[in-house]
Amino acid sequence: MGTIRDKVAIIGMGCTKFGELWDKSVEDLIIDATYEAIEDAGIEPKDIEAAWLGTVFSGLTAISLAPALKLDYIPVTRVENMCATGTEALRAAVYAVASGACEIALAVGVEKLKDTGWTGVQPTNVVGRSTMGTTGTEIELSPPAMFALMCQRYFYRYNLDPDVGKRLLALIAVKNHLHGSMNPKAHFQNQITVEQVLRSPIISWPLGVLDCCGVSDGGAAAIVARADIAGKLRKDPIYVKSVAVTTGPRLDLMTQDYDFTHVEENVVNAKRAYAEAGIRDPRKELSVAEVHDCFTVHEMVLYQDLGWSDRERVQEDIETGTFGLKGELPVNTDGGLKCFGHPLGASGLRMQYEVYKQLQEKAGPRQVRDPRLGLIHNYGGAIWGGISSICITGNEKG
Amino acid sequence: MVGITSSGSYVPVYRLAREEIARAWKSRALGGERAVAKYDEDAVTMAACAVLDCLKDTRRIIDGLFFGSTTAPYEEKQSAAILGAMADLSREIRTADFAGSLRAGTIALAGALDAVKSGALNNALVAVSDLRMGAGKSQFEQQFGDAAAAFTIGSSDVIAAFEGSFSLSSELYDSWRPGRSAFVQSWEERFVVTEGYMNAMEKVISGIMRRYELTPKDFTTVVFYGPDKRSHGALARKLGFDLKTQVQDPFFDLIGNSGAAALPLMLVAALSEASPNDRILVANYGDGADAFILSVTDQIGHCQQKKKLQERLNNKTYIDYERYLTWRNLVPFDQPRRPELKPPAVPCLWRARRSVLALYGSKCRRCGTVQYPPQRICARCRAKDDFEDYKLSDKKGEVFTYALDSLTAAVEQPAIIAVIDFDGGGRLACEVAECEPSEIHIGMPVEMTVRKVGKTDVIQNYFWKARPVR
Repeated sequence: MGTIRDKVAIIGMGCTKFGELWDKSVEDLIIDATYEAIEDAGIEPKDIEAAWLGTVFSGLTAISLAPALKLDYIPVTRVENMCATGTEALRAAVYAVASGACEIALAVGVEKLKDTGWTGVQPTNVVGRSTMGTTGTEIELSPPAMFALMCQRYFYRYNLDPDVGKRLLALIAVKNHLHGSMNPKAHFQNQITVEQVLRSPIISWPLGVLDCCGVSDGGAAAIVARADIAGKLRKDPIYVKSVAVTTGPRLDLMTQDYDFTHVEENVVNAKRAYAEAGIRDPRKELSVAEVHDCFTVHEMVLYQDLGWSDRERVQEDIETGTFGLKGELPVNTDGGLKCFGHPLGASGLRMQYEVYKQLQEKAGPRQVRDPRLGLIHNYGGAIWGGISSICITGNEKG
Repeated sequence: MVGITSSGSYVPVYRLAREEIARAWKSRALGGERAVAKYDEDAVTMAACAVLDCLKDTRRIIDGLFFGSTTAPYEEKQSAAILGAMADLSREIRTADFAGSLRAGTIALAGALDAVKSGALNNALVAVSDLRMGAGKSQFEQQFGDAAAAFTIGSSDVIAAFEGSFSLSSELYDSWRPGRSAFVQSWEERFVVTEGYMNAMEKVISGIMRRYELTPKDFTTVVFYGPDKRSHGALARKLGFDLKTQVQDPFFDLIGNSGAAALPLMLVAALSEASPNDRILVANYGDGADAFILSVTDQIGHCQQKKKLQERLNNKTYIDYERYLTWRNLVPFDQPRRPELKPPAVPCLWRARRSVLALYGSKCRRCGTVQYPPQRICARCRAKDDFEDYKLSDKKGEVFTYALDSLTAAVEQPAIIAVIDFDGGGRLACEVAECEPSEIHIGMPVEMTVRKVGKTDVIQNYFWKARPVR
């Protein structure tokens, strides 16, 4: 298997504020995020040779990107992989540059979820999706309910008292809100307490409102260049060590094999990403991580699926702050999906934005000490079959 | 010898106490309770439940399916064809809908008997079902109940032989419902009961007794339709039948008047208590009347393996009047801001009809793994196109995990979704019917049942849901 390691570097990034952005259109978010990245990279818009637009609901083709930015007759493609769309756009740009097809490429992620008017994210009902989806007989299951299926089984299988379980999940929400409160771009900047989380109205037991990320608008962008010219363009390029995407065959509702207490795509993808990046002990070697905390239970399971903790340790890890700013491996230092928000197409790139800033030691009050390697994790689809995307970056070659 | 060879029934688990209806309207309660089909049920789903009950443990090859109802879901689209697909019958059968009359069930029965007698059919299936509505505050609203019944008709292993019949036609407005109207209309009660019901039923019953030279005491059991308890009792007394020993309980207090299904359901109950050589008089009413004479054979023991209807009626969940209003969509109400479910793509539904309507999965011939939906490439061993059909609708299973979803466009929140693991293999994520949110738990034993799914004005979709085994 090949490797992307140290072939490409991120030379510029931008990210808008996320939130209920009634005054901002899709074009506004694309422009704001992209121009911040262009200025950060110190390049001109005309230097961009190819572009990828990641969006799930806010644009159908390349035609959504080029007119907003006035990109002059360059290749543009729209990509989508549900909630893992942002990382998919980054991956496309990275591979294009690594292939030698272009020297500088742009990845933009954007979503205007608040324009849809729905409570929560709408399902993607497309003819031809799957037999059960097109016959109109597939169950309608909201994202919180899907993760409740996981949470119920997790508590049951591991004999976890629901009160204890809910408290652990609450600690994760509290941690992410603490981080978000230090981040002016986050949708929510309020700190919360464990009691507030436990008292929040139940959406799908055992998950309450404060166990779930909200519905937000936002945009983010990255500019990537070949590693050997990146050093000429800025003194602190951030090198891509690994870009890994894994999709399972969605077996897991077809037979009785799936246990509902882990996500196989994440387990397989993490191993693939670490191998590509040359990481042997991720808990020790990673300095910072952004993971897909759409629901608190997913973050708890991710600590295990990504190989940083295990079933026996995870409760202690959460309670002792292993994954907090001062802990061994700070996770979701910018507030995560929970606080920063989850505009689907933008999220992967927003995660990379935080890791990028952390690795350049520009994260201000959220700065982790001695940053070297950072990981972003993005997940789209169902827990029994979806898309896992991981990107590992570092501030040094080698 | 031609006659009934097996029977089945279905009554929804939900009950509305008549006191509760009277509370809502500050009116007088008629006593007892009535069965209420949930929002995910209709005449077709109820009939399917009765049909599957009837066909349980049978090896008969059905070559005709007749469906009777006054409340079929479509004006133009045959319900019997849908039922045939749900019951996994061959397509090479004769299907027919009998509609427009409370007598639809016995007209269908007569048709089936004639078809078998003439040799046109070997084993006919008759299913009768009704979900009628009375306007708010009306007597009908209290009196009606929702239910279904089914029979197989054949000439071998007959449990109740058909001995004779007599029918009357009667053009009279007693109760009726024009197509566009949701509620059954009726004329003034005294006219309806005396000139309509009593008149026709007296004529048909005395007519059949005269024709076959029989008297009331020649019948072990008398099963006849009644619009309500009082009229039913009055007719029995007028004709000289003993209400205590001869007359089959019409279930007014427990189910209500289930329209076209009322008399058939009573017949199912009567057969489950019958003994060899019993002579049964059956009389149904609606735009005239039908009467039959049945003679119970010594095969009757087999029919009674199934749990008696009376016992199954003990399985019930009481609802309040507000819930009834919601289920029948009688009050516009606010829904969560969730996208409407798209109607099915019809070619997809057609292609997948066996896995949708009969819940067929596949079983890999190489590794034996059961999978749903059917998979051309085995989910476990990756064998390609090497599988056999495997039906899941008749399998039992248990809840592996579940969720109570409040963010749903379903009629009631929370929606109950479960992942079901079937005995013998196979898994399905589906809704759970006949279950309150407080009842569901991991490990709960379930069986499958068919219900309405989706919400669209254009196509009514049907699929399977799990329900607790009781």
